[in-house]
Amino acid sequence: MTDRRNGYNGRRRTKGQQESFFDYTLLFVVLFLLGFGLVMLYSTSSYEANLEHGGDSAFYLKRQLGATILGLIVMMVVANIPYHFWERFAVLGYIVSVVLILLVLTPLGIEANGARRWLNIAGISLQPAEVAKLAMILFLASLVCKMGKSIRTGKGFATMLLAPVPICGLVYIVTKNLSSAIIIFGIAALMLFVSSPDYKRFVLIALAGMAAAALVVFLIVNAADSDSLSFRGGRILAWLDPEAYADGKGFQTLQALYAIGSGGIWGKGLGQSMQKLGFLPEAQNDMIFSIICEELGLFGAAAVMLLFILLIWRFMVIANNAPDLFGAMLVVGVMGHIAIQVILNIAVVTNTIPNTGISLPFISYGGSSVLFLLIEMGIVLSVGKGIRLKDL
Amino acid sequence: MIKNKTYNRKKIVTVFFVCLAGFLLLIGRLLYLMIFSADYYSEKAKQLHERERSIKAARGRIIDAGGTVIADNKTVCTISVIHSQIKDADKIVEVLSKELELSEEYVRKRVEKYSSIERIKSNVDKEKGDAIRAYNLDGVKVDEDYKRYYPYDSLASKVLGFTGGDNQGIIGLEVKYEEYLKGEEGTILTVTDARGIEIDEAGEERVEPVPGNDLYISLDMDIQSYATQLAKQVMETKEAERVSILVMNPRNGEIMAMVDVPEFDLNNPYELPDTVDTAGLSEEKKQELLNSMWRNGCINDTYEPGSTFKIITAAAGLEGGVVTVNDSFSCPGYIMVEDRRIRCHKTTGHGSENFVEATMNSCNPVFITVGLRLGVDNYYNYFTKFGLLNKTGVDLPGEAGTIMHKKEDMKAVELATVSFGQSFQITPIQLAATVSSIINGGTRVTPHFGVMTADRDGNQIKRFSYPVTKNIVSEETSETMRMILEKVVAEGTGKNGYVEGARVGGKTATSQTLPRGSGRYIASFIGFAPADNPSVLALAIIHNPQGVYYGGQVAAPVVRQLFENILPYLGEMDYN
Repeated sequence: MTDRRNGYNGRRRTKGQQESFFDYTLLFVVLFLLGFGLVMLYSTSSYEANLEHGGDSAFYLKRQLGATILGLIVMMVVANIPYHFWERFAVLGYIVSVVLILLVLTPLGIEANGARRWLNIAGISLQPAEVAKLAMILFLASLVCKMGKSIRTGKGFATMLLAPVPICGLVYIVTKNLSSAIIIFGIAALMLFVSSPDYKRFVLIALAGMAAAALVVFLIVNAADSDSLSFRGGRILAWLDPEAYADGKGFQTLQALYAIGSGGIWGKGLGQSMQKLGFLPEAQNDMIFSIICEELGLFGAAAVMLLFILLIWRFMVIANNAPDLFGAMLVVGVMGHIAIQVILNIAVVTNTIPNTGISLPFISYGGSSVLFLLIEMGIVLSVGKGIRLKDL
Repeated sequence: MIKNKTYNRKKIVTVFFVCLAGFLLLIGRLLYLMIFSADYYSEKAKQLHERERSIKAARGRIIDAGGTVIADNKTVCTISVIHSQIKDADKIVEVLSKELELSEEYVRKRVEKYSSIERIKSNVDKEKGDAIRAYNLDGVKVDEDYKRYYPYDSLASKVLGFTGGDNQGIIGLEVKYEEYLKGEEGTILTVTDARGIEIDEAGEERVEPVPGNDLYISLDMDIQSYATQLAKQVMETKEAERVSILVMNPRNGEIMAMVDVPEFDLNNPYELPDTVDTAGLSEEKKQELLNSMWRNGCINDTYEPGSTFKIITAAAGLEGGVVTVNDSFSCPGYIMVEDRRIRCHKTTGHGSENFVEATMNSCNPVFITVGLRLGVDNYYNYFTKFGLLNKTGVDLPGEAGTIMHKKEDMKAVELATVSFGQSFQITPIQLAATVSSIINGGTRVTPHFGVMTADRDGNQIKRFSYPVTKNIVSEETSETMRMILEKVVAEGTGKNGYVEGARVGGKTATSQTLPRGSGRYIASFIGFAPADNPSVLALAIIHNPQGVYYGGQVAAPVVRQLFENILPYLGEMDYN
């Protein structure tokens, strides 16, 4: 296992000492992504911000920078707390997320862009779905440890599979946020996959899932002529042929494709995007990757993806060397969270899958997203610190 | 504390590689989009970012034989709205509908349409455009361009024609010479953001318009103006329906004047004359009236030429050798053709006369005799050879063809009537062109206006050439015809066409229009000068004159007055 050697690299230096490990590679990748994200956010949003917020072209940048600094402080604090501290909050976290999601229905909820997804608590807006992702990772990690060997039984398997369903259902029904529900369920599924020794079941589930998706697409395409199509059905049709739905559902996707396609190999240069000038809706948000493609080209886009691969590789290393299953499962959850979100975001932007709102971790605009991602990073770093070099 | 088991680690590694595979797939997708589809998407994006505004090209002018500009351009404005820049749509609808006298509904539809730029109205007066600009409305654009302008209003209206809203020719020379006159539109390409605001750093791409070429024509506005005056005069005094006057150079077919009164105002071509009550008329009916107002009787309509056609019969007879100038005839006032008795206009008969005298008298029985001597085959051959079955090829749209008996249907009676110009129809331009060809030495010419196109500075770009057919009659026949026709004017029925100090040849005609007995006549006269070597030919046709209706009395004086005036001008007057 070549990966292991990277985890060992302090061994000879620290021979005989109870030295603890700190994953600086991970930290630097995260810091680099955050810095890069802020530059791209400013590039993408300054023109629109200038017009919409009375000449304040740094409007989005300032808010994101504030959340990032807060997030970095919280991350360092969390990194220094032994991760087992959080185990006692597993059930509480689960309950809190349910409560927060339901709170969206109260006057505390904020509606924006036609969806009610945010909470306003003491002047800070917060997306309960972000809390739920973290809470789900913590809850399932603790659940896996509690179940022990019973996870191998069908009952255990079913418990693990059903545990995230209430939260996913609430996120989907209350906040109308299908993408977050999918991500939460995806995280849970990945954690279940890692915790269970079985392969066959997962392959079957994956095949069944793919068949179901294909069937849905097939049914919607056949029903295309009737007017009874739902909101999401239209998205599927727009996905298959965005140019036919250029004025409606396919608009954003098509604008993203224009941005990506006009980037070419080397891009137009930082700050030179045309599509960010109001053509591409949500350019600084879910669609920021297409502006990266337009300005920095295939080269820049591939570099960003490489950074995420590096990040996930570090997660794998830490998870594999974690002192115990709980730590490993926490890191696996975070790994799943980031990997799913990055892959789905890029897949949406490139019209590889139907359009659904998913932000790009560390880069897209969004305060609660970056704050909770950094808390997760803190947890991962904390797990990393628990790796005793002597044990390795 | 539960330890991390080996299978857990294996699975974590599996997860990593699955993710890696996902990333690689997406990089593949990006490769496809950013390399293989790059051209497609960047072109689409460019179209989206660029706003194109066209710049109208100045249409070429039309210039007459004397160098006078008779169709020009003046500056007008085009009013458009840019959807994304509109701030106060209601105000825009209100102002534009008021200033441009358009219905609010019409303006609103355009203001609310989602397009980068939408034209509201073109050809708006410059003053009105300036007024709209003064409102300073966001999203309203006033662009200046050109509108066709005719300094002589109705003069030569049916020849020149006019242009439509996009400066495209609609009728007349304007449409015939569209390709030379129109020029090429230019464009301004500017890069804008999604709101339509121009991005200054991006600059603009400008493709300059290419102005159209000027068209030089043979029409002479002095002659046209005088001929129009005469036509109006005779129309008024004789209470006629319509008067057509054609003046052309028989040597090369250049048309110097073409009048068909009543004419219309080229600067307001969609306005019917005051005499027409337009109230309650359907759009269709109105269009019909407009079309008939725009009709050029000299080329779009046919008529029975009557006695002027005896020129053709005479030329055919001489050319065919069935008659000579000295052949003598006797006219009892009628002639029997098979079982039909066809009368001469002089019912008492012309008595004994030779062929020249018969022409001077315009004696029907003599020409019927000549026609019958030729026979159907020969006559039809000459009819064809003279070019009467084809169109003349005049450079105006909508020339009407000849309406003639089919050869197989033509029997003696038909031949007899055709011989003195009845029972078939030709256009005035056809008669003028055919007579020109007979008296010019036998060369069939193509009547035309277009001489050349040139750039704004008068440098020739293209000179037009027109087909000619030589020897449709011999030089000898042509000379004889000139001699006979000069005598017609000097001593015969055409003596009212005589101009003192000039040698004029010609022939009158008085034809009853169909149905016979309606009391409607067409009086006409075709004359040319100088008779020995003609350089000008004029045809005057008066439709339905009241009172005296003989061509010799009504039409010949018109041509005489015209010649009196233009022959000195053309340098063809012998002052000795």
